[in-house]
Order: sequence, then C-alpha cells, then structure tokens
Amino acid sequence: MGSGTWILALLVLQSVFDGIYGLEQEVNHRTERISGSAGDVLEDDPVGRLKVFVYELPSKYNKKILHKDPRCLNHMFAAEIYMNRFLLSSPVRTLNPEEADWFYAPVYTTCDLTPNGLPLPFKSPRMMRSAIELISTNWPYWNRTEGADHFFVVPHDFGACFHYQEEKAIERGILHLLKRATLVQTFGQRNHVCLKDGSITIPPYAPPQKMQTHLIPPDTPRSIFVYFRGLFYDVGNDPEGGYYARGARASVWENFKNNPLFDISTDHPTTYYEDMQRAVFCLCPLGWAPWSPRLVEAVVFGCIPVVIADDIVLPFADAIPWEEIGVFVAEEDVPKLDTILTSIPIEVILRKQRLLANPSMKQAMLFPQPAQPGDAFHQILNGLARKLPHDEGVYLKPGQKILNWTAGPVGDLKPW
Amino acid sequence: MKQTAGQHPNRRPYSAAVPGEAAALRPPSFLFWSAVHVLCCLVSAALGFRFSRLLFLLLFSPASHHHHLHNHHHHVHPLRQPPAAVIPFPPPPPPAVAGRVGVGRHGIRVRPWPRPDPAEVARAHEILVRLQQEQRLRYGVKDPRPVIVVTPTYARTFQALHLTGLLHSLMLVPYPLTWLVVEAGGISNETAALLAHSSLPVVHLPFHEDMPVLWNDRHRFEARMRLRALRVIRERRLDGIVVFADDSNVHTMELFDEIQKVQWMGALSVGILAHSAAPDATAKRQQRASEQETSPLPIQGPACNSSGQLIGWHTFNSLPYAKKAATFVGDGVTVLPTKLEWAGFVLNSRLLWKEAEGKPNWARDLDEVGISGEEIESPLDLLKDASFVEPLGNCGKMVLLWWLRAEARYDSKFPTRWVIDPPLEIVVPAKRTPWPDAPPDLPYQTIANEGGHVEKHVSKKVRSSRSKRSSHNKKKHETHVDTQVSEMSGAQEK
Repeated sequence: MGSGTWILALLVLQSVFDGIYGLEQEVNHRTERISGSAGDVLEDDPVGRLKVFVYELPSKYNKKILHKDPRCLNHMFAAEIYMNRFLLSSPVRTLNPEEADWFYAPVYTTCDLTPNGLPLPFKSPRMMRSAIELISTNWPYWNRTEGADHFFVVPHDFGACFHYQEEKAIERGILHLLKRATLVQTFGQRNHVCLKDGSITIPPYAPPQKMQTHLIPPDTPRSIFVYFRGLFYDVGNDPEGGYYARGARASVWENFKNNPLFDISTDHPTTYYEDMQRAVFCLCPLGWAPWSPRLVEAVVFGCIPVVIADDIVLPFADAIPWEEIGVFVAEEDVPKLDTILTSIPIEVILRKQRLLANPSMKQAMLFPQPAQPGDAFHQILNGLARKLPHDEGVYLKPGQKILNWTAGPVGDLKPW
Repeated sequence: MKQTAGQHPNRRPYSAAVPGEAAALRPPSFLFWSAVHVLCCLVSAALGFRFSRLLFLLLFSPASHHHHLHNHHHHVHPLRQPPAAVIPFPPPPPPAVAGRVGVGRHGIRVRPWPRPDPAEVARAHEILVRLQQEQRLRYGVKDPRPVIVVTPTYARTFQALHLTGLLHSLMLVPYPLTWLVVEAGGISNETAALLAHSSLPVVHLPFHEDMPVLWNDRHRFEARMRLRALRVIRERRLDGIVVFADDSNVHTMELFDEIQKVQWMGALSVGILAHSAAPDATAKRQQRASEQETSPLPIQGPACNSSGQLIGWHTFNSLPYAKKAATFVGDGVTVLPTKLEWAGFVLNSRLLWKEAEGKPNWARDLDEVGISGEEIESPLDLLKDASFVEPLGNCGKMVLLWWLRAEARYDSKFPTRWVIDPPLEIVVPAKRTPWPDAPPDLPYQTIANEGGHVEKHVSKKVRSSRSKRSSHNKKKHETHVDTQVSEMSGAQEK
C-alpha cells in the first residue's frame, strides 16, 4: 500500500516536471539562447562586477570638439561619444579612483571631420599622446601600471593605428603609448598589427531610432534571396578594381550581376531598411576596412549576414557565437557564393534565423540612448569585467619602466 | 568601413594635402622610382593608354607569386609594385601567404561561366518557400480556420477568363478551403471542365433557372443563388469562414489573412471598378472630370468613428453614372453595383447553423430568410441588427478586394471549352474585316456607323470572296512549299 502511494507520487512529480520541461522546450523552439566561448554572458549585468573611474579631462579633448562639429553624434564612429556619456551616469562609475578596477579617459579622436563628414586621423595620435601625458602627470594611476588597467575607445577605421589607408596604418602600428592599455575598437582582423591581444571589438554605431522607424510587420514574407547595396568599385580611389576590398566586391559584381537570386546594386533606395527585412541573406563584404555598419543592420533586421572578409574578428566574439549566426565565405570562394548559399541545409538557415530573432542579440549590437540592459554599452563592460582580476604583470615594480615615451614617428611627438 | 556610396569620393587626396606625413623616410631609391614613374607617365601620355599593365604582364606573369607583401617595407611603394595579373579569365594565383591576408592589388576572381545554374535557382526557391512557411507559422495567424468560398456563375464567353483567375487566386490561399460553385442553368460541361483544373475541394451546385439578361434582375438572381449555397452550408454543417467571391472580382492574398480575425460577421472595404467598356472619347473626358470631384475610386464598406466602432456604411453613389448605366449584359457601358455588394461581407459559418455554441441572437434563422418573396439585397438582411457587424481591414481603411463586372454580349459565341477543332484554315487580316455571318448590329452601333454600314456590307462580300480566292492560292502555295520541304529533307537524308 505504502509503495503504491510512493509510485503514484513519483508519477505525479514526473508528469509535473515533464510539463515544465515541455513548456521550456516550446519557448526554446522559438528563440534559442545565445552563448559564445565565454558562456551564456549576453545578459550579464556588469553592475557590481567592476568599477570604472572616468578622468576629468579639460573639455578641449571632448566637449569642445563635439561642439565644433555635432555631426560626430550621427556618424558610425559615434560610439566613443556615447560611451563617455553612458559611463558618466552609470552605476558602474566610481568617483574614488582607489577602488577602481578600470580607468577611462574620454578623448574624441575621431571627431575632426572634413566638409564631407570623413574623420581625419592626422592629429589623433598627438591628441591621444597629449591626453596621456596629462593623466600621467596629474594622477598617479597611469604610472602605476603604465596604462595596463586603462581602456580607450578608438572606433576609427584601423583602431589605434590612426590612419584610413591600410598600408600606412600597418606602417605606423598601434600608438606606442597604448601598448599596455585595453583598446575598445571596431576594427578586428586576426594577425594584424592594428589588433592587439586583449582588445574588445565593438559594433560600429548605427542610429537605433532610425532603424526602429523603418520596421515592417514580421509576417511580410522574405522573398529576396541575397541583398546588397553599396559600392563594388571605388572609382575615385581605385578605378581598376583589385585594391578596394581586395577585389572581393568587384568579384561579387562580376559573377552575380545577372543572377536573379542576387539583388545587388549601387543604388541608394529610400527603402533600404525595409528591403533588408524582406531578404534572407545580406552580404557584408569588406571595404577599405573589414568592418561596416551593415553587420549591425543585418542583425537588427533579421537578415543572415554573409561575411566576406578573411580573418575578420567580429564584435564581442567571445560572447556571440558568430559562426552559428552568420555565414562566412572566404574571399577566394566568392565565385562560388551562389552554390555555397543554396547548399546550406534548411534547418541550419532556420536555426540562424531563430538566433537572429533573439532580442538580446539585436540589443547587443545597438547603442540606445538612454542605455538599456543587454545593449552594446553593457557588453563592453561585461568584456572588461571578464578581464578582471588584473594579473600580476599589470602593476609595475617601483622604478620599472616599460613604455618609451619617444617612440613612434617624429610628427607624433609634437604637442597638440 | 564607410560603404555608402557618395560619402567618400575623395579619400585619397588627403595624403597629398598633408605635409610631413612620410617626411622621415626618403631613401634614394624613392627618388629613382619617382623618376621612373614620371617617365612612364610621359610615355603613356604620348601613347594614349597605360602600357604598364601590358608590360608587367609580359615581364612578370610567370613569376607573379614572389612579389607579395610579406613584410611592410613593400607597403611604402604600393603603386609601383608589379600587380598580380589582373585578368578576368582565368582566376589569378591567390596572393596571400599562409595565415596572413595581404594588402595590395588582388585579382578580381570571375568564374569562366558566371551564369545562374537552374538547379541552384530551384533550390533557392525551395528554401524561400520553406522559410516563408516558417514565417507564417511564427508570425502569421494562429489556429487558422478553414475558408468556405461561395461563387455564383454560369456558362458564358467570359466565364473562362473570370473563373480561371479566381481559381488560381484560391489555389494560393494557404488555409484549407472548400469552394461552393452555384451554377445558373444547371451543371454544364464548360464549368465542370474549368473546375477540374483545380486541386481544390469543389461542391458544384446546380441552380435550375437561367441567368437573366437585365442587370437589376441579375443582382437579385445572384443573391438567391448565394442563399442556395448558404443553405447547403447549413445542411452539411460546414465549418469555417464564408467568403462571397464573385468570379469576376479580384482578391488579394491579404484578404484571406484578414478575414481570419472575424468573430461572427465582418465587413470589408471593396473597391468598385466601374468604368465604361466602350472607348468613347466624350465619356472618358466626363469621367475624368467627375473623378476629380469625387474620390479616385468608389469604395463600399464600413464607416467607423475615431474609436474604431462601426457607425455606418459607405455605399455606392450611382448619381454620376445615372445616364451611362448598363441595363443588360454586354451593352458596353458601365455596370453598376448595388448599394452594398455581397463581396464585402464575410460570415462565420456557425451563424448559419441551426444550433451553434455561442451563436448570437441578432442573427436571423436562415430558414426564415428569403421565403414568401422576400428580397434579399445584401447580407445585412440576414441579421436582425446590423450594428454587430465587425469592421475589418483596419476599420475599412485597407481595400483588399475589387468588384468588377465585365461581360461580353449575352448572345456571343465562343468555342466550346476554348478548343478550336477543327483548326482554322482561313487567315484573315485583322483590321476592319467583319465576320462573314455576324449577328445584326445592336441599335447603338448602327446609329454610330450609319454612313458606312451599307458600304461595309458590299465590301464585305467582295473581300470575303477575294479572301476565299487568296486562301485557295495560299493553300496551293502551302502545298508547294510542303513538297519543297520534303524534297529538301529527302535530299538531306541521302
């Protein structure tokens, strides 16, 4: 009799658990959890895990520059400005530098714009150097570690190499004074001079409000197979092709301009965002640099990004398993792009769409104002928190000097 | 990087503008190479084309692997390097060293036959179909109800045109569908043949009276045919949403998604395509003038107040068309709809059943409707209280279907089942040739062609005889040609 009631109780419990598990399964069927190599960290809350001290630099390094040219707030390099604003009012900020884990100096190096709106990087090394000289003389924290517990946001084309031409950027290398600091940058390419170990790759800034206003109903059927709008040949700078995008974009055009599955052109349609929401695959090939806001737009609009950039490092690569979300095509395989895309099994495509539909994925790519949980600001802080605690090599012994303050091109040593 | 076109047309000129950029490095080789560069520029200016690529192709193409970009010293003179053979066919050797992607000029890889492979295109379409199915499951209507379509029809010239169109529209509907086709004049082979083309479950109901010729009578007749179908739904207790799809109307696919929202009875906005069939210049001008005064397209449907509740109906204003209204079928002028067309209403079939759970009491019992000569004009006559009708399509703002009546003359003939058997022999020029045995012209046509009518009659005879003669000649010519061809083919076989 007793055993009978025990068995009955076990059966009841089992059915209850099955019910709960079944519910979870149903929820998971709709959107999958995203976990990268660092684990399921997209929704971590950085508050309480780290403390950041923000240096109060004279306004000539930040506010005055922004005041001179407010276009900096809308272009794709605006992350440095919004990161500063976010940190100033974040609970992660501390006013006591003794208890800070990380130090941040807000220097807007990408805000010297031409009349066309392109940032000129020529004064940026001097500006950065001048800021570092300031913080090393006014506060003792730089000299304590020679910058190893400091981080800077450098969203320019090739990060802290401060040049838009790749050859010149490689020649310059990363600014010597930033050798030990953590760099938060959009550029990411493996085995490249301008990406140092321990950098945090972030997405470029894309205006969240503008994308929000162009949303279409999700039941609009996705009928475009492959979509791309942009240049294939940069006629102004590389008329023959072969230089721009390492010839990959020109290759896409020459191979697929007559293919009905590929909706590619250099047009500038007003329905660009709406078209992306009606496409299954969106091409994200490299340009003069491997990164672009196209990736952010593709993720936000649920279009599977087809990344054509060898050795690229995508944003938050340790938190987001990009291999499972996007399609990576080697530049030499571009002529076979149609075969590659049509031979992906349908279950894989459906899984990628499910992962993209996960709202935490879209949120991690955006810089909304005001900041929301799970957005790119929080991912940056999570990345910084994952690097804690600092290891022994960070703190220098008394008298030890690693940085050479006179290294680098002579032009960089001039005061700013 | 900045991939949107037009924002950075002039990127490179900065390097020229900035002084002291690379001032530190000025080895003597730099001067030598710049002198060579100047010389080459002068030579190509004299020749009229850039000869450097040709030269490099001849000199360096067998040894084009060695030059690349192992360390950054080469980057100082990027433009003077021998390029990897930038030829489209075949693809050049890849420039990258293992593990390192190089900067510099790369070839543009184009495959030898850059045309789409039909098997791949087919596969891509399969993928799209499956993805759209999944999208519909995810974001579309949850628990869709089956659709019951009621269509009155009868065999006539334009039936194939209209019914095929409706058939294809219904075959695209993604929900389970039952099609009730009520045919005036009993079941005919024509209609049955057309319906056999679809894979839909069709209930072909006969209605043993002939379709009247006058449009006013016809509207009432169609209403009775629809009632017949509704009675069949009631008898068989068919479940689903009833849509009144007339065979000449045009329906969008979004209509069938929208009607899934109906609870008991819904009303939609119908666009009325009422324009004259005859290309009459004065009528067009008048119409354009009248169109400018009123809205561009007359719409019948529900009218709502600002909070989305039904307050009335937009009906068809027939005043502008008063003089030009069609009276009988095929008279070539505008056919006007009734005040409220059946096509703009959808019902839950349970409204028609004798007993159904939750059936509202503001609906009349179907058995009481239509008896003792009651005139049924619109589905609102099926209800006791019309205020419970739900407005669909964003409260009538979306037009999801269009009403149209386009018919040929009621006595016009057409080949049975649109099969021309035996094949036509006579080739007759198309313009201005009257049929040899055309029926007498209708009154309005003779008034227009008063002058030329008699002449036409005379010339008709002459032309037809001439054509007969010519056709005879043509026949001879054809046989002549045939023998020629057979001779030739015979010669070839030898």
